[in-house]
Amino acid sequence: MPVINYVEFDGTEHSVEVAEGITLMQGAMDNLIDGMVAECGGCCVCCTCHCMIDPRWTEVTGTAGTQEAELLGYLDTKEPTSRLACQVNVTAAMDGMVVRLPESQY
Amino acid sequence: MNPSNHCIVIGASHAAVQLIISLRQNGWEGNITVISDEDHPPYQRPPLSKAYLANTIADEQLALRAPAAYQKLNVTFKLSTRVTSIDTQNKQVHLDSGEILGFDKLALCTGARARPLPIPGADLNAVHYLRTMDDVKGIQASATTAKTAVIIGGGYIGLETAASLNKLGVKVTLLETESRLLKRVASPQVSAFYLRLHTEEGIDIRLDTQAAKLLGDQALTQVICADGTAIDADMAIIGIGVIANTELASDAGLTVDNGILVNEFAQTSHEDIVAAGDCTNHPNPILNRNLRLESVPNATEQAKAAAASLCGIEKAYAELPWFWSDQFDVKLQITGMNQGYTEVVVRGDINNGRSFSVFYIANNKILAADCINRPKDFMLAKKLILQGTDCDAASLADESTDLKSLLI
Ligand SMILES: Cc1cc2nc3c(=O)[nH]c(=O)nc-3n(C[C@H](O)[C@H](O)[C@H](O)COP(=O)(O)OP(=O)(O)OC[C@H]3O[C@@H](n4cnc5c(N)ncnc54)[C@H](O)[C@@H]3O)c2cc1C
Repeated sequence: MPVINYVEFDGTEHSVEVAEGITLMQGAMDNLIDGMVAECGGCCVCCTCHCMIDPRWTEVTGTAGTQEAELLGYLDTKEPTSRLACQVNVTAAMDGMVVRLPESQY
Repeated sequence: MNPSNHCIVIGASHAAVQLIISLRQNGWEGNITVISDEDHPPYQRPPLSKAYLANTIADEQLALRAPAAYQKLNVTFKLSTRVTSIDTQNKQVHLDSGEILGFDKLALCTGARARPLPIPGADLNAVHYLRTMDDVKGIQASATTAKTAVIIGGGYIGLETAASLNKLGVKVTLLETESRLLKRVASPQVSAFYLRLHTEEGIDIRLDTQAAKLLGDQALTQVICADGTAIDADMAIIGIGVIANTELASDAGLTVDNGILVNEFAQTSHEDIVAAGDCTNHPNPILNRNLRLESVPNATEQAKAAAASLCGIEKAYAELPWFWSDQFDVKLQITGMNQGYTEVVVRGDINNGRSFSVFYIANNKILAADCINRPKDFMLAKKLILQGTDCDAASLADESTDLKSLLI
């Protein structure tokens, strides 16, 4: 299983195995990682699973879709590699990927 | 905290799962037992009428958390088990298995159940309700052979189910007793939009129409309306609302009034018992009134307050309600509660296409917004409502004004 390194805002790192095919959001939720809220459970409506993909992996994760990009555009904490974690499906190529979480999801 | 303390949680859905996670986060060291009368580990309900019914997501994707998460939380699950009564004096719950469990703290996350339709034939084969994963499995089984379906009820669940069955190739007729869809929750303008949307997609919507009886030998064949009209149907789904599961609480002597009555800390009238989710009637400090809501954000956010209370921490539940619905290619996001609005402002074209927002206003303040395929409007509307500044209706309606510029 690919290992994803989730890094909370305060620097706390969680290296966890996430099954291929599930989302980066669900991977964080299943591993009880603070800093992920996911109010809507992964429907791309609430913007509370915001994360920043380490630039080394943005090619693998691809870019945000229209609705996702629109939601991200509203966030004060948006960075160039911001994504909504519920819209990123984990693949084998993401093994070792670093994903940072923002200070707050609100 | 005494590690031998035992917390029992009744129900294993959105509220319960957040509650057990928050319990551990708040330092609860004692045992936790979660009791559910369903036989599946916790799963998400919103996709049931949407992607799950339409076969676009699998069972595993419906799970609220992976099994390993519950192991990490060190929680004992008792599935397919019903709590039949609560003995508040001896602090025990009685189970349908005959077992009696003692608790130090108790959390009621009993949710709601589908409201039954008291008409003849509602117990025929291929007549379904839609609240649980098992309900959906039944609907899917019927849909594999059904060519026609009648949906009774034009609320969110009925409309989402209509869209999903349509996707599966079933011809759908939807009956609504009121003169418009979504009457309980939406404005006439938004109701009219949903009528147009469903009609454009080929759903036969019949307003002012009441189902009087369901006919069939064993399986359903026809739905007979109050005006005598007969509609051929191979299956039917009843979606006429829910009833909060409050009987356990009222039988135990807790205060119940349109939901289990709790304060902003999710505490019931018993000091060791909290409640969260669809089953509660709770105060909303932002809106200054009591609400009984049926939404996931309500269940999870209130559960955080409930868990804190059980750990002796005061964390008030004070969130602006929000909700969403997916039908066809339309995503609706609602923020705030529109009750009491005196003015409606539409941003975008409500009569053509599928992208606009509707703002509800009273006393010059925005109360709520319905955003149709407009996620950005939704996020900004939420901020504008919370900010509570006087709104400028002309700018709201004017698409050339960036909503961001209205924020202070
Ligand atoms: C088809 C459908 C679509 C929905 N779509 C949306 C949506 O898009 N957005 C949204 O925000 N919300 C949506 N909702 C509403 C949302 O699912 C509910 O608000 C949410 O599930 C409430 O969670 P809860 O934990 O309070 O209660 P519930 O999910 O109702 O769970 C309560 C559980 O407790 C069990 N239980 C009750 N009594 C007992 C007992 N005595 N012993 C043992 N177990 C018991 C019940 O069987 C149930 O499993 C939808 C609901 C449905 C049915």
